[in-house]
Amino acid sequence: MNLLAAFGSGLVFGIGLILSGMTDPGKVIGFLDLAGNWDPSLAFVMGGAILVGFFAFALAGRRSKTFLGAALHLPQRRDIDNRLVGGSLLFGIGWGLAGFCPGPALVSFASGVDPAAVFVAAMLGGMLVYHAAERLIHEPRRRAT
Amino acid sequence: MTLDWTHFTPWASAAGGALIGLAAAMLVLLNGRIAGISGIVGGLLVPRGGDIGWRLAFVGGLLVAPVAMSFYEVNPRIDAGFGTLALAGVLVGIGTRYGSGCTSGHGVCGLSRLSPRSLVATVAFMAAGVATVFIVRHLV
Repeated sequence: MNLLAAFGSGLVFGIGLILSGMTDPGKVIGFLDLAGNWDPSLAFVMGGAILVGFFAFALAGRRSKTFLGAALHLPQRRDIDNRLVGGSLLFGIGWGLAGFCPGPALVSFASGVDPAAVFVAAMLGGMLVYHAAERLIHEPRRRAT
Repeated sequence: MTLDWTHFTPWASAAGGALIGLAAAMLVLLNGRIAGISGIVGGLLVPRGGDIGWRLAFVGGLLVAPVAMSFYEVNPRIDAGFGTLALAGVLVGIGTRYGSGCTSGHGVCGLSRLSPRSLVATVAFMAAGVATVFIVRHLV
């Protein structure tokens, strides 16, 4: 049941990405191109998503378990650190260069769009590099304690 | 600034956005998880026992979506060459893991939760995206 719910969520998420136009990098770059021919569509995507999401998360915040009885894993951190800002800036540069963020890139890859496959392979590579670097940095410290 | 009326799709984008919000609602209210794509995929790259099934199921649904939407025509405009795409992919991969989220985790779920961290992250990646597009499209 939990797996079916997660599958359904992914499916609805992907359908939303396609319908909203987010699998067209030109549309994303059109939104980020404030100095050019501006396409405000992405603001409508986020508006629609947050409008629904706001009520869902407000409801989730008042519950101790999910409707399927699973534990709620909600982020608790509230501190703003360099990692958050630095990582988001790096992400934004990549997003602006290609017009792809992780979700739409995966959906486009599944649609058989070749450039998306290049992007997804590089993105997974970048994530692996990050995880490897994290391990290198934290492993000696963990061993010392 | 001029408005690109040819490509502007307020209704389809708002409806698609509402579906994305619905998907995030399903995942948190049924599975208790945040629908952040980079976090879900990142967790699959360093798998921990008992934490893999729901991630695989979600990504599976995401990858099946184009089949369900095969009637809907999408004509992606991709200007970036393979080198730029590869560089962009690496930056997005490292950046989203380092910054703990992307457009979905911070931009949709985080802002829906009124998280100050996600607001800062969203402003940061939007600003970097706008600056990058300005440099690539209008300066280079």
